[in-house]
Amino acid sequence: MVTPTMTTRTAGSPSATRQANRAAPRQARWARHLPTVLLVGAAAAFLLPLWVMLAGSLKSMDEIRHGSLLLPPLRPTLQAWRQAVDALSPGLVNSLLITVPAVLLSTLLGAVSGYALAFSRWRAGSRALSNLLVLAAFIPLQLFLYPAVLGLAWVGLFGSLAGAVLAHVVFGLPLTTILFKGHFEQLPLELLRAAQIDGAGFARTFFAVVLPVSMPMCAVVMLLQFTGIWNDFIVGLVFAGAENRPMTVQLTNIVGTTFGERAYNVEMASALFTAALPLLVYFYSGRLFVRGVLSGAVKG
Amino acid sequence: MRERMVEGLFIAPALVLTLLVFVGTMVWTVGLSFTSSRALPIGHWVGAAQYVRLWHNARWIASVENLAAYAIAYVLLSLLAGVLLVVLVDRAARFENAWRTIFFYPYAVSMIVAGLVWQWLLNPTVGLQSLFGGAGFAWLSNPRLAIYAVALAGAWQSAGLVMVIVLAALKGIDPEIRRAAALDGIPVWRTYVSLLLPQVRGALVAATLLLAMAAARVYDLVVAMTNGGPGNATELPAKFVMAYLFVRQNVGLASAAATMLLLTVAVLLAAGWAARRATGR
Repeated sequence: MVTPTMTTRTAGSPSATRQANRAAPRQARWARHLPTVLLVGAAAAFLLPLWVMLAGSLKSMDEIRHGSLLLPPLRPTLQAWRQAVDALSPGLVNSLLITVPAVLLSTLLGAVSGYALAFSRWRAGSRALSNLLVLAAFIPLQLFLYPAVLGLAWVGLFGSLAGAVLAHVVFGLPLTTILFKGHFEQLPLELLRAAQIDGAGFARTFFAVVLPVSMPMCAVVMLLQFTGIWNDFIVGLVFAGAENRPMTVQLTNIVGTTFGERAYNVEMASALFTAALPLLVYFYSGRLFVRGVLSGAVKG
Repeated sequence: MRERMVEGLFIAPALVLTLLVFVGTMVWTVGLSFTSSRALPIGHWVGAAQYVRLWHNARWIASVENLAAYAIAYVLLSLLAGVLLVVLVDRAARFENAWRTIFFYPYAVSMIVAGLVWQWLLNPTVGLQSLFGGAGFAWLSNPRLAIYAVALAGAWQSAGLVMVIVLAALKGIDPEIRRAAALDGIPVWRTYVSLLLPQVRGALVAATLLLAMAAARVYDLVVAMTNGGPGNATELPAKFVMAYLFVRQNVGLASAAATMLLLTVAVLLAAGWAARRATGR
């Protein structure tokens, strides 16, 4: 086998190449390892917060006070986790009660709306509506909050789980619709035409043909919506009401209300407990999640 | 005829919700900013008085100044770290997916958790400070540095987003360009700076725009990390709106502040649109 270094040796003046050859492998090895070193260093820096949380959640307060932040727990204990789970269980239940219906409903609504905007014969209107939705995706929630509170109070849903679900479904509409519309527009037209030839109407084409072949996209949208809604703070804080607070809101209460010495181990366990589900989902389905974020970012 | 009705049914929810909720509530909020509404939306017309009051409000001025510092630090830090990660991951011979997963995971963590973790890391008694045994990391108690600590936490969350966006664009570049650069003996860093990154400037512009938008609306992160302190050092406009809406019960002033947020986003969108035209996409 002829390696590149061997070919260079045959060319050029002998003394110069000999020198170059002596330096080259050393420099090449150094240069080859530098990116890896940097990569590992960067990865360690990015994982540091997660590691500190995990290690801290398994330590006693005594160990936190006297030990190093970076060390693994020397006498691991589940004490902090027990307290965190006790304190956050109601929040966990609320988060599930809000997230599951909100994800399902907003995905369905996004699919229906995206399909309508992609294929409706009302072209000018569809385009205008799509543009409005793209703009709406960028506008801070603060612009909608107060009238939305009044509106939900008016229909009697303010301060309830249903109110929070509804708020999530509505505020998620721009993103879900834009994602589905972009996806549907890339479907092969023959598929739709074949359905039409078979006599399927607008609705039947959607439910029997388009939706079944779009399950991967549904998964992507559900993944994004799940992460977004689970991690939401504002909607839960404003719309859910005091008894229905999701985990994120409860977490800030737990951290904010300890008197005297802060129980850092319980706080870290609580934070990790709150972040656990989206993190597990993310690590399990990383590539789908990336795909969703990318198509969302590109459309925007 | 029946088909028309079906189509109408499909489009109706999006149409009604967009007009009613997005356009309607936005117009309502902007309208409220011209009234003297306190706890209830029943104030009367006061013209631009709320805006005059807003720009004389010390907390608002501090919020805007802090946002400027935050946005610059956060966007630059995220872009810089993101591009560095792109180069590192792009050059990684193996496990590219694993690296990407590691650098992007903070994006799947809630801002509340991110804010809390960084509050602990920068805590003078249990945080990184204790490792180095001295001053240096007590940023959160320093009014001049606290906002940059929040920006650091924000960048930790967003660098992966920049990486993912730019990396995807980089994969779309003709591999011949790289091969030609390698054959010509162009150093790796030059290949990126002069050849590859200019090719993905559209993605860089898009990422910058997304970051700027995220900066303008940042709220949860600062609530969890500093709650605006020390003093007003990390108060931000989005938080100002929330405080005046739900705590201080001054809907008129809060709406004026929210309208300023809307203007900021509108300017950013216009800038992004212009930049997109300029980069030819």
